[in-house]
Amino acid sequence: MPAGSGATAAPGRGARELGAAAHHLIALRVENRSGVLVRVAGLFSRRGFNIVSLAVAPTDDERFSRISIVVDADSAPLQQVVDQLDKLINVVSIRELSPAEAEQAELLLATVAVAIGSRDAVHLETLAAAAAAEVVDSDGQATTVRLAGTPEALDAFEDALRPYGIVELQRTGRIALPKLGRRGLG
Amino acid sequence: MQLTGAQALIKSLEEQGVEVIFGLPGGAILPVYDPLIDSSIRHVLVRHEQGAGHAAEGYAHVTGRPGVAMVTSGPGATNIVTPIADAYMDSIPLVVVAGQVATASIGTDAFQEVDTTGITAGITKHNWLVTDAADIPDVVAEAFHVATTGRPGPVLVDFPKDVANATMSWRPAAPVSLPGYSPPAEPAPEAIRAAAALIAAAERPVLYVGGGVLKAEAWDGLARLVEVTGAPVVTTLMARGAFPDSDPHHLGMPGMHGSYTAVTAMQRADLLVALGARFDDRVTGKVSAFAPEAKIVHVDIDRAEIGKVRRPDVAVAADCRLAIEALVAALRPLLAERPGGGAAGRLAPWWAQLEEWRRRFPFTYDRDGRGDLGAGRRSGRLLKPQFVIEQLRAATDDETILVSGVGQHQMWAAQHWRFERPRSWVNSGGLGTMGFAVPAALGAKVGRPDATVWAVDGDGCFQMTAQELVTATAERIPVKVAICNNAYLGMVRQWQHMFYEERYSEVYLSPDLPDYVGWAEAMGCVAMRVSEPEEVLPAIEKANDVDDRPVVIDFRTDSMEQVYPMVPAGASNDDIVVHPSQAGSPR
Ligand SMILES: Cc1ncc(C[n+]2csc(CCOP(=O)(O)OP(=O)(O)O)c2C)c(N)n1
Ligand SMILES: [Mg+2]
Repeated sequence: MPAGSGATAAPGRGARELGAAAHHLIALRVENRSGVLVRVAGLFSRRGFNIVSLAVAPTDDERFSRISIVVDADSAPLQQVVDQLDKLINVVSIRELSPAEAEQAELLLATVAVAIGSRDAVHLETLAAAAAAEVVDSDGQATTVRLAGTPEALDAFEDALRPYGIVELQRTGRIALPKLGRRGLG
Repeated sequence: MQLTGAQALIKSLEEQGVEVIFGLPGGAILPVYDPLIDSSIRHVLVRHEQGAGHAAEGYAHVTGRPGVAMVTSGPGATNIVTPIADAYMDSIPLVVVAGQVATASIGTDAFQEVDTTGITAGITKHNWLVTDAADIPDVVAEAFHVATTGRPGPVLVDFPKDVANATMSWRPAAPVSLPGYSPPAEPAPEAIRAAAALIAAAERPVLYVGGGVLKAEAWDGLARLVEVTGAPVVTTLMARGAFPDSDPHHLGMPGMHGSYTAVTAMQRADLLVALGARFDDRVTGKVSAFAPEAKIVHVDIDRAEIGKVRRPDVAVAADCRLAIEALVAALRPLLAERPGGGAAGRLAPWWAQLEEWRRRFPFTYDRDGRGDLGAGRRSGRLLKPQFVIEQLRAATDDETILVSGVGQHQMWAAQHWRFERPRSWVNSGGLGTMGFAVPAALGAKVGRPDATVWAVDGDGCFQMTAQELVTATAERIPVKVAICNNAYLGMVRQWQHMFYEERYSEVYLSPDLPDYVGWAEAMGCVAMRVSEPEEVLPAIEKANDVDDRPVVIDFRTDSMEQVYPMVPAGASNDDIVVHPSQAGSPR
């Protein structure tokens, strides 16, 4: 992540804030070249636009990658963010999605202070099953669970885990596709 | 044909039609300097890489073609960062080739390694790190394409030494294909119709002309637009010369030190037609108080400029020349239906108001100023910088190119020069780079050897890059420099005078240190010193007669002079401060 003043990423920030009206999703298709992420992040930093979350991965076409950004639209008019991104030569196309129009997903991994075979472990398993999360690892001290889902579901699960004592928690940035029937250009 | 990467680079530059490179060699770029010996391309050896960058900018300013600079890695690259930023702000097509350490050494803190593409990413339209010699023709073609199309700007090609030494089979560049780059060209017809309707209906329109009109070579179209609409024109600091100052439709320059009439016309307008202008803070003053009654038509090739500062009523994302031509075509029938546009008809009340402002608030200064003259002064009259610029203009023709530094002298030059031709004004607008003038003048003269090139420079600015006069002498580039030597960092002094209770902090320079005449002579120039008003014209005429070497005139100008009018920083344009002699005049 850029350390610059403008581009502040907030890891672990929940969907309560992410879903706020001022947050917008921008999906970029970029040329799969070195330095592209730096250009995008640098642009946010230089222009004082705030990044709330960021996810980068290759696409089905190896020439391109997808960068999904949640921007704080309060930090700059969305159109200005889009227009400035469009000026980056390596950015091939831009799709702007309001949260209501998007099918969104995120991934969470959390280690909680629940020892294998303990009484809490049973509760945790029930909780995980209810949330459609999986227990992926455990030992005499701790258990790691994994959940993929909507940002809201992850928020709720994160809250439910908190009483067990969160040792470590990581969430990926948000990815999104337009809801069917609302597909725009891009 | 097998070529080295270095040969392929030079050949690619030749194929782009490059006639001159401004540069300075060093370790990482050494391989490229060897085939340069056999090339048709002229190389101008500067004395500092900042000079190479500004010279290339000056060349681009006056020719409309991209300027090319070449530097070595590390300090060579960092020395040219300022000109790159300058070109980015002012949309100057500039291609910089920088040497880089060998690809295997990148990331190891090798000798003279810096992350050049990282450093310049935010101040270039794009940059490339070449990692395979086979890519050279395509990268060079892409670099020139990006620099010169759409909104022009600087690009940088980072060129590692091992790539320069590698061999490749030469092939001409493939047609440029950049999937993420498609600047707009033709305006949308519905936008033109909407804009034309607003223009035809306006009662107090102003055509707000920015540097984009020069970049798009739209000056003929602009002249026709003024003809059909009869509307007044203002030209920003970057657009001086896009419309003749002698035309009565021209209200002059808007902005912090613009003419009262230009500034106030924009404030009272009911329609601003922004043509290749970006609502810069130096033009708008306090944005929330800027042109409060005006509808906005914004024509710009850069979509991101439209709505960045002020939301337009009609947005035209297009090439300025095409948009202006389309506007003229759309307006002709509209205005034919409503006869009596222009000064004689519908706009008559507006023009009456404008004429009154123009009559009451022209640029002015105390022509007869007397003061403490110091030792050796005879006449008792102070030498006013504005007078120097007026005399300079009187002694030169319309084709003369005027280059300036940054400071008070720049504002006086922009105010008091009469610009009649496009591309006759070269200055650093957006970045405000002291030291721009001397190297930019040199580059301008290389680009337009037929034209007389005068630089009006400040004593502070001159000291930043004067060594490029050595380059000018060595390369027989006969530029002329008029130093407005007020012994101060004058513009900063003016702010301290106005906003810091005359507490002058670190702005005094001395008129005599350095000895500008001795220094200029040491650099091979003809040099003169002028302190008396009546010596000004003869000195300029003498300078105009020199055509085999540079000339420097050290004009000892009044230290106390202030630039008027002035809109204080952050204030509304309504609070424009006029010259004290006009201050009592009711508005
Ligand atoms: C590289 C750089 N450093 C500092 C400044 C701030 N600055 C703006 S104008 C100015 C004074 C310029 O002095 P001089 O060249 O003597 O011109 P004058 O204003 O006296 O005409 C300074 C220091 C600048 N614009 N550029
Ligand atoms: Mg000065």
